[in-house]
Amino acid sequence: MTRSPLSRRQFLGASGAALVTGLAGCSAGEGGTSTDTASSTDTLKIGVLEDQSGNFALVGDPKAKASMLAIEEINANGGIDGMQIETFQRDPQSDNQRYQELTRTAINEESVDALWAGYSSATREAIRPIIDRNEQLYFYTTQYEGGVCDEFTFAVGPTARQQLGIVLPYLVEEFGPDIYTIAADYNFGQLSADWVKVLANENDANVLGEEFIPLSESSFGSTINRIQEADPDFVMSMLVGANHTSFYEQKASAGLDVPIGTSTAMAQGYEHRRLDAPAMANIYAGVNYMEEVPTDSNTGDGGFVDRYFEMYPDAPYLNEEAETNYFSTYMYKKAVEQAGTTEQPEVVDALESGIELGTEEAPEAPDGETIRLDGATHHVDHHMWIMRADDEHNIEAVENRQIPETFLSETAGCNLPENPEQTQYTPVDYYEEAE
Amino acid sequence: MVNGINLALQFLDSFAFIVLAAAGLAIIFGIMGVINLAHGEFILIGAYTATLAVTQLGLPLVVAMVVGGLVTGLFGILTERVIISGAWPNYISQRTLGRDVIDPLYDRLADSMVATFGLSLILTQGARIRFGNSIDQIATPFGAISYGAFSYSTYRIVLAGVSIGLLLATYYLFTRTDFGMRARATIQDKETAQAMGVNTDRMYMLTFGIGSALAGLTGALFAPVISMQPTLGDQFLVEAFVAVVVGGPSVVLGTALSGGVLGAILATFSNLYGTFIGRIALLVAALIALRFLPDGITGFIEQLRQRRQESD
Repeated sequence: MTRSPLSRRQFLGASGAALVTGLAGCSAGEGGTSTDTASSTDTLKIGVLEDQSGNFALVGDPKAKASMLAIEEINANGGIDGMQIETFQRDPQSDNQRYQELTRTAINEESVDALWAGYSSATREAIRPIIDRNEQLYFYTTQYEGGVCDEFTFAVGPTARQQLGIVLPYLVEEFGPDIYTIAADYNFGQLSADWVKVLANENDANVLGEEFIPLSESSFGSTINRIQEADPDFVMSMLVGANHTSFYEQKASAGLDVPIGTSTAMAQGYEHRRLDAPAMANIYAGVNYMEEVPTDSNTGDGGFVDRYFEMYPDAPYLNEEAETNYFSTYMYKKAVEQAGTTEQPEVVDALESGIELGTEEAPEAPDGETIRLDGATHHVDHHMWIMRADDEHNIEAVENRQIPETFLSETAGCNLPENPEQTQYTPVDYYEEAE
Repeated sequence: MVNGINLALQFLDSFAFIVLAAAGLAIIFGIMGVINLAHGEFILIGAYTATLAVTQLGLPLVVAMVVGGLVTGLFGILTERVIISGAWPNYISQRTLGRDVIDPLYDRLADSMVATFGLSLILTQGARIRFGNSIDQIATPFGAISYGAFSYSTYRIVLAGVSIGLLLATYYLFTRTDFGMRARATIQDKETAQAMGVNTDRMYMLTFGIGSALAGLTGALFAPVISMQPTLGDQFLVEAFVAVVVGGPSVVLGTALSGGVLGAILATFSNLYGTFIGRIALLVAALIALRFLPDGITGFIEQLRQRRQESD
């Protein structure tokens, strides 16, 4: 299913603006020029909605910047099939209602060919109905709880099962089987905590206790006490947002020095740079990327890090999601080139054919390795890393390997080309221990 | 299982948080009748000033905290002159247009809310534009105390001591000094106070400045333990307003009592059932208090006292 027959495209083009508008979100453009080759259209439009103010600005801003970096690089190198990329970029201010408005604007007024939008899972779920109703090609680029099986959504960040799946077994091996979970109190945190239980079961470990903490909370005295009372071998932390960052400083000043595994700290909000050492000492992040990932194409001369800070000299950090925005823009480029069109159904077909990227476009992968977009699930088989901070907040890579997405493909049986759907599967549906 | 020491320390922690969060607001809202929605951003100014004074200027932490309070106090005075009383814009307009352009916002609850909400947006976004999405944080001093399997940050206990000290100082200032007498006279009955020779304009300005300085000091005190980012003030707002409203008309005593009651509830429930339930318990307690004690705790005490006097 690489290339759709030309006749279909011509049919679409010929059937004029009315039909195309009906398929809102296709690159209808002005005057119904929905034909697609480089000769007839010389631009395409990408929507980038990432938080640059509000609660998620700290983590959202690098995403927007990395998208711009990829777009600028692509444009400088001749664009996509000769088409220069235009951008529709706005700041949704970490506000889900703004997201919904801007998503509608991007689709209905700007007719974007592809949309990148949203940091939190709550945001994704707020706009996904709009995406689906308009059949809009959509890239969600945050690491997340996993399980979204949606024909129009490409959730290309790593899932909880991938992130926790590399760090949790390592910590069990290293420190022992007793786990205490703390997580943010919304869908991402709840589902991530379920994954901790599933993975604990698979690795003969046990969860002594778990606590869910409202996003507005910033005092962790009682939480720290409860962890001390449970006396686990290590803590799994899926805390989110600016307020929760206080936990790390507070646990350090309270003298709690239990090892902590996390899918959220350091790689996204660079706490190891912002907080005074040793607040983040002995924290192990399971991530696909952070600025310190030691691949040549990342930290080497002229690598991803160099290019990013050349474009944004004042940027504070290059975070996990930024890399996902970056490589997914290149995935989109490959797909459009393969499809020979910006028509979204064809581009989706091309994406579903299994795009692969090497280390140059996906700096998380070491030299010679690749990451692969799984067409059946719209998820990525990532190259995952365990990154540890020491007493001085120096980051070292402890372990790395490719971890495929398995929950949707093996457990839930998500196969979008065969069976298009718009579901989010949760671990509770498949694992007793997650109940 | 409840550990007595845990509970006691948790209580001190919650008490300090509530009292410090409310201290500045109690004066500006409780005494002056201005709903200051920029209260969180005054805390932000104090926190950023103290942090930057340590990281950029290399000042010792204690000095930096005092500087944080002072800078916020001065900013408060500026706010009062320009926005709340409008004295400076009016000074200019008197000379150019021959009339006032701003009606003071004192005792105009809804209006003061809108004006200070605008100010809070400007300050948050201003901090974001000037300093980025976060600034480097300073470490918490003093280490930890250990007991059995547990340990607790010493600094959090110090904060409880400081909060009691601040309450006492504020109480002394407003009840035992000439300044306090004049300030209270001004706010109770402006015309009479003026007739008695009090410079009421100046009293408003200074009282607002003191309230702001307290908010700034709160920010400075919490700077080492909270995440330094432009919306850090938000986390204090709920506790601050709840404490002031539950406290009632007698500002210092009210803040101390509501800090005690709400702190005990927050500590007990979050210790027993977790942070989430703790937060719910706090809000339910506030609801119940306002339903049955609409004038707050100190208003209720005042009623009791009057009733007893009548029956005597």
